[in-house]
Amino acid sequence: MTSVTMTVNGKAASGDVPGETLLSDFLREHLRLTGTHVGCDTSQCGACVVHVDGKAVKSCTVLAASLDGAEVTTVEGLANGELHPMQVAFNENHGLQCGFCTPGMIMSGIDMINRYKAEGKELTDDAIRHELEGNICRCTGYHNIVRSIKDAAASM
Amino acid sequence: MSDLGTSGEPAGTEQRRDPPAPRQLARGGGGATAIRGGVHTDLHHDSAIKHVTGRAEYCDDIVEPVGTLHAYLGLSTRAHAKIIDLDLSAVRAAPGVVGVLTADDVPGVNDVSPTGRDDEPVFAEGKVEFWGQPVFAVVAESRDAARRAARLAEIAYEDLPHVLDPQSARDAGMPYVTPPLTLKRGEAAEAMARAKHRIKGRFNVGGQDHLYLEGHIAFAMPGEDDDVIVHSSTQHPTEAQHMVAHVLGVASNAVTVNVRRMGGGFGGKETQMNLFCAVAALAAKRWNRAVKIRPDRDDDMSATGKRHDFVVDYEVGFDDEGRIAAVTGDFAARCGFSSDLSGPVTDRALFHADNAYYYPDVLLNSHPMKTNTVSNTAFRGFGGPQGVIAAERIIEEIAYHRGLDSLEVRKRNFYGDAEDGRNVTPYHQRVEDNIAPRIVAELEQSADYRARRRAVLDWNAKGGIVRKGIALTPVKFGISFTATWYNQAGALLHIYSDGSIHLNHGGTEMGQGLNTKVAQVVAEELQVDVDHIKITRTTTEKVPNTSATAASSGSDLNGMAALDAARQIKERLTAFAAERWQTDESQVRFIANNVRIGGETVPFADLVREAYMARIHLSAAGFYKTPKIHWDRASGKGRPFYYYAYGAACSEVSVDTLTGEYRVERTDILHDVGRSLNPIIDKGQVEGAFIQGMGWLTTEELWWDDKGRLRTHAPSTYKIPLASDRPRIFNVELASWSENRERTIKRSKAVGEPPFMLGISVFEALSHAVASIADYQTCPRLDAPATPERVLMAIERLRE
Ligand code: FES
Ligand code: FES
Repeated sequence: MTSVTMTVNGKAASGDVPGETLLSDFLREHLRLTGTHVGCDTSQCGACVVHVDGKAVKSCTVLAASLDGAEVTTVEGLANGELHPMQVAFNENHGLQCGFCTPGMIMSGIDMINRYKAEGKELTDDAIRHELEGNICRCTGYHNIVRSIKDAAASM
Repeated sequence: MSDLGTSGEPAGTEQRRDPPAPRQLARGGGGATAIRGGVHTDLHHDSAIKHVTGRAEYCDDIVEPVGTLHAYLGLSTRAHAKIIDLDLSAVRAAPGVVGVLTADDVPGVNDVSPTGRDDEPVFAEGKVEFWGQPVFAVVAESRDAARRAARLAEIAYEDLPHVLDPQSARDAGMPYVTPPLTLKRGEAAEAMARAKHRIKGRFNVGGQDHLYLEGHIAFAMPGEDDDVIVHSSTQHPTEAQHMVAHVLGVASNAVTVNVRRMGGGFGGKETQMNLFCAVAALAAKRWNRAVKIRPDRDDDMSATGKRHDFVVDYEVGFDDEGRIAAVTGDFAARCGFSSDLSGPVTDRALFHADNAYYYPDVLLNSHPMKTNTVSNTAFRGFGGPQGVIAAERIIEEIAYHRGLDSLEVRKRNFYGDAEDGRNVTPYHQRVEDNIAPRIVAELEQSADYRARRRAVLDWNAKGGIVRKGIALTPVKFGISFTATWYNQAGALLHIYSDGSIHLNHGGTEMGQGLNTKVAQVVAEELQVDVDHIKITRTTTEKVPNTSATAASSGSDLNGMAALDAARQIKERLTAFAAERWQTDESQVRFIANNVRIGGETVPFADLVREAYMARIHLSAAGFYKTPKIHWDRASGKGRPFYYYAYGAACSEVSVDTLTGEYRVERTDILHDVGRSLNPIIDKGQVEGAFIQGMGWLTTEELWWDDKGRLRTHAPSTYKIPLASDRPRIFNVELASWSENRERTIKRSKAVGEPPFMLGISVFEALSHAVASIADYQTCPRLDAPATPERVLMAIERLRE
């Protein structure tokens, strides 16, 4: 057992977990933050994306124990009184069907917008498609997902 | 609520408390003239806010009771072998393990075959028939412990010969897993002999993994007596209920199956969840603890069925103009080791082997081959797409032979009408709602097909490395379950005394927006804002004997059943209002959260409350069965489909002829959903289905090694479309003028499956680009999926 202490969605979170506990399991099972989904367990689908210290990370590929002291944000931590612009955009553009990929898409979308903004680059349609290579969606055909991210970029 | 129990009624002896006052929300809005969320409006998915905030609950998110155990399957590592020895001692001894389950531990019948053919054991007994077949389950304190322990089994096998693909199966004389079907009209052999031109060909079309993002999962809780509750992610809770009862050896009334939502299904969770539900329930009863089973993605892909791949041998006879005289076709499918749904799937391949075209004389045979692979199952289109693409290949053959634009050949062969008599299908159903010509003509215009085709030909004439191709393909898809008795549905509607509405129906929500649409139907009928209607999880306790949410039938069937329930209550409320306000029933109208009774306007919720006080029954069970349909399989005649849905797509591609790599430059779609219940949701279905269909025919390749082991068992090796694969330009429109001729729910049409086949336009565009290599003289031999490798091989063949 290893003890982990991190900040999750602005609150201190700690627990004693086996050393091999993945961040996704820590979030889902120990903190009951089930908005982070596990679609493949093997770092391919992107359903489990969260932010660690402000950057998008696939939570099924990091050990909780390696994140002592980190700041983690999950999809549950985005809305703060009102919905985050990315959440609004996914709702308004019908950027979801079964919704299983949605939390990961939203977390990746926010991350890409932040990065492009910081670097002063334009987030074009092509850039969004390229940036989404690590997030798969089997339902929507991505059309409305790309639109949602574009919309959110304009209002973030 | 602060105003609870403030009614003026004296406190009675029996009555503890007055019914709650009408909800503020449900009160008439005074000025509002239209409700929110009626039919034919863009209403967002009812769970959208929960999805974007991470609060939508999937099966794996349900709170686990203390002491929950986890099961994991032990899978075979042989394609076909006798089990000589099954030594599970190391599994039992592994840390955290509570016990194991094998065929010997099944109290009922060791079978989860959905059609009662008794050919699909929960756990293999004596022999294994595919690589990845469940042999045992291990149950442990944690999922991790169970997963590790499952790998410790020592199984001794004696190998038997195995057959993997449909052609080898036919060569080896393997049996059919289920009786084949013949469709016959006229005398195909004679007409073929008379035809001016004839072409024979063979086409291989690959299977497809569902890759629903949420994998298989079941979570069982033991109850008293024989009872067990199973939460699962299944498209067919009723069948899961029956299967669990069958395996446990108990009556169906002891088993409850619940489904709140699925993270995608696509047919992959129609029968395939039976196994997981049965194992979870078995373990839950055995150890009297809650048990969850969730395989990892690799096991999910290895142990559960997929779309059938087919080898199609066809012959077509036609005239100089490319008009078809006769078609014969043999459709051999890789069914896997058991029948599962292979009967209806291979039947549907034949039902759609005409797509939108009239075959004057025709003979079609299915060959549902047994193979030593996982048992293939339902997948969006249910065999139909494999039939449709065969028809499209036949059209392409004719076009290249006659030197015609394939769109011209398509048009010349479309079904006609009662007058010209060219309106009878190979199964003797008349096509009465043919709008394929109009859809195609409109898309030809809006996509600027003629000019763009000219531009493609001009570009290719330059002889560069990058070649272009364009194709416009139609789809006609028959709507109804071909198992006629499946075309029924139930719904349960309660109106509580505060005016809020609880709605339950037999369909399951897998992202398609079914709950949203059914709620719209009820909102429209009762004229209340959709926000007052809560649709709860699907459960076998509320609506029994439901059909799978499949065959695109969800809204058609459940919408109608819900409408029936709403009408019953509305009638009771109307009669009550007329009596109470001393007016005629014709003077009672439901309008925008209010009810107009004679000259008075009463808020809906107030009327409900009064009705409750007057002891009016505010609950109703609705029912619906599709009219008109019948099907006699033995004679191959009938009307299996209530109606057809149509669509067309035009795609343009660029192909690098040195590498075979390609990209889709532009796709235009015009699709028919009748009068859409919800255009934004329907459009989403069309877009998603198109991309999934494109994936099936392009990058999604299933590959078994010669030992019969599936090597493409994760997204790392099995490539579904990514965001970057979406067409560069993507225009999707619904045919706004279309209205279902039949009396379907609000004249809408089913949308789940038909647009899947629009992906065929990409395949034929690729074929067009490849054909440019040999100046369009030959129809390229291109099998599906047209991976870059296959495209390159097709190019090389034409270069020779
Ligand atoms: S679960 Fe983490 S990438 Fe799929
Ligand atoms: S909405 Fe279902 S996987 Fe994206």
